Amino acid sequence: MQLFDRAGKGWPDVVFSSQNTDAAWASQKSGGKQAFAAVLDKGLVPQKTLDGFATGALNPCTVDGQVYCLRNDLAQAVLWYNKSLMDQFGYSIPTTWEEYEALGQKVATEHPGYIIGTAGDAWTPEVFMWASKCEANNITGPKAVTVKTDTPECKRAASLLDTLRKNDTVPVVSVFTPEFVKKYTGKVLMMPGPAWYAGAIFNNPQSLNVPAGQLGVAAPLPWKGDDKAVTGNVGGGTWFVSSHSKNLKAAEKFVQYVTTADAYQVDVAPGYPAYAAAAKKWVAKQDASKYYATSLQPIVTAASQIWDGWGYGIFSQEAIWAKTITPGVTSGKSIVDLLPTWQTAIENQAKVDGYTVK
Amino acid sequence: MTLAPASDELTAGATSRRRSARPEGRPPGRVPIGYVFVSLYTLLALAFGIIPALYAVVLAFTTTDGGFAGFDNFVKVVTDFRFLPAVLHVTLYLVIWLVMLVIFVVILALIVHAVKARWAGTTLRFVYYLPGALAGASSVLLWLFVLDPTASPVSGLLHLMGLNSFVQVIQPGNLPVIFAIIAFWTGAGGWIVIMYGALNNVSTEVIEAARIDGANAAQIAMRIQLPMLRKWIAYMGVMSLAAGTQLFVEPQLLSQASNAVVPNDYSLNQLAYQYAFQQNDFNGAAAISLILLVVALLLSWVFVTRGGLFEKE
Repeated sequence: MQLFDRAGKGWPDVVFSSQNTDAAWASQKSGGKQAFAAVLDKGLVPQKTLDGFATGALNPCTVDGQVYCLRNDLAQAVLWYNKSLMDQFGYSIPTTWEEYEALGQKVATEHPGYIIGTAGDAWTPEVFMWASKCEANNITGPKAVTVKTDTPECKRAASLLDTLRKNDTVPVVSVFTPEFVKKYTGKVLMMPGPAWYAGAIFNNPQSLNVPAGQLGVAAPLPWKGDDKAVTGNVGGGTWFVSSHSKNLKAAEKFVQYVTTADAYQVDVAPGYPAYAAAAKKWVAKQDASKYYATSLQPIVTAASQIWDGWGYGIFSQEAIWAKTITPGVTSGKSIVDLLPTWQTAIENQAKVDGYTVK
Repeated sequence: MTLAPASDELTAGATSRRRSARPEGRPPGRVPIGYVFVSLYTLLALAFGIIPALYAVVLAFTTTDGGFAGFDNFVKVVTDFRFLPAVLHVTLYLVIWLVMLVIFVVILALIVHAVKARWAGTTLRFVYYLPGALAGASSVLLWLFVLDPTASPVSGLLHLMGLNSFVQVIQPGNLPVIFAIIAFWTGAGGWIVIMYGALNNVSTEVIEAARIDGANAAQIAMRIQLPMLRKWIAYMGVMSLAAGTQLFVEPQLLSQASNAVVPNDYSLNQLAYQYAFQQNDFNGAAAISLILLVVALLLSWVFVTRGGLFEKE
């Protein structure tokens, strides 16, 4: 987009983005040039349509109270598990993160080689730290962020990951590697992860290829003492309309259709729709496919449980975690020890991108 | 990544031929056809080389709105927390790569030259040149498989070194060596072929005389062939230095393949790219490129003077 701005022409009318960092810059003027994204909630998109999205679904699109994009799909983190294996080993589904950690200890002694999660992807902080209410990415304004990683909330999640990494039940491996498929096919007891894991990893012949009737899903876990569970979010696409578009109405119609119409969102879309009405029908369709061993209601519940204390800035938290924590952990350090390094890395990147850090 | 060793081979060959065959000056009445041949290159060099470079100079000294910025962009870029690490990375990579290149290319060229059987020499030269024929990004993609212990053809070797997962292989400490190996694998072949050509220029009478005097192969290599190769080694050094300071493709692709475990600001060129396209700061990006240019020019000057690149024999 910077190049189109410099040339003064050529912007596409609509853009699909799979990153959640784009509204942060697309909503702002840059170098004196008009902001790329058109404001959608000042009459362009009917308010009725905007209200039809799940609670919080438009958060990645909202900057300074204005909506700049429509959400295509949600990526709320839920607790996936293999019901057959859990029944076979006689384990019950944990109801808190503490119980999850205890289960990991049990699995390590009784069934070594089996895992209850992975922590080697760039979105690991979004699954574990976000769900623990760690204030590593509290975006408070278009160019302001609060970063505090030395809190009990951050430390408890870090400590959990350290314990389970040491006993190999939550290894540092990325789910999109041949290593993961080779080592852990048939050995995944449980996996906290986004809704799209179902199609991308479990029901995928190229990945774990879990047979029908085994995969179940449970609601996100709370920490003991928290009144209600919150969860993290890993992506979910967004549709932007260009403010330079000569066909504003047509572009808006397209974007509205593609995010809300049943013909796409229910019948074809692989991901959990962000539009609430389409989501209901999508879940019913998935339930009817008889692939899942349990009801998919937890995914619906989780959709409204995404914690709003982790924002969507212009810099990528995933990249910062990947280059700071992952190499550190691979060389033997603990995440708890790396928390101050993580804090500094986030602050440095935020400052370079023009953020004031508190 | 070295760029187009093939064209360098042509100019290198042409230079040596021109020096030995034609006298200075040309017969009267001849059309200066040389200028016609060079004119297209000059036009393209101006359009895609000189003018963008001048534009970058202008950008580096101005602000986003076009006002004069003095050295502000340079100060901003040099005090960036990613700048010094990137300098360190590129320096380490350059040192390892240049040393590897000079030593191994010369040794391999000497071996290829010394091979008596004609078919063996030709086959070896072909085999050495082959990796360089793979365009830059595709060779890095090949290496992505080689570096993953679960998918690599040399997984046994990786396991022996204690590297059992991709993330272990791409630990920050291993990266300069990895990039140097990848760059060597793609670039060395072309240079071996050039060095082979340079070795052919060493007059056989001198070698014969040395052999009669009782010199063995190693002594001939050290005392006769190497000094005569000095210019070519300096040439290889300069070209590789220029390419090496601009390290970009290898860390960028590895960054994407590893999902950002290898950072996207590992090298200086990547940092410039981030400045331009992630931070929308073209002035900062231009400042970084100018710094790179100045450093590369200084180092090249050292190579050129020490290596006697422009001496006439």
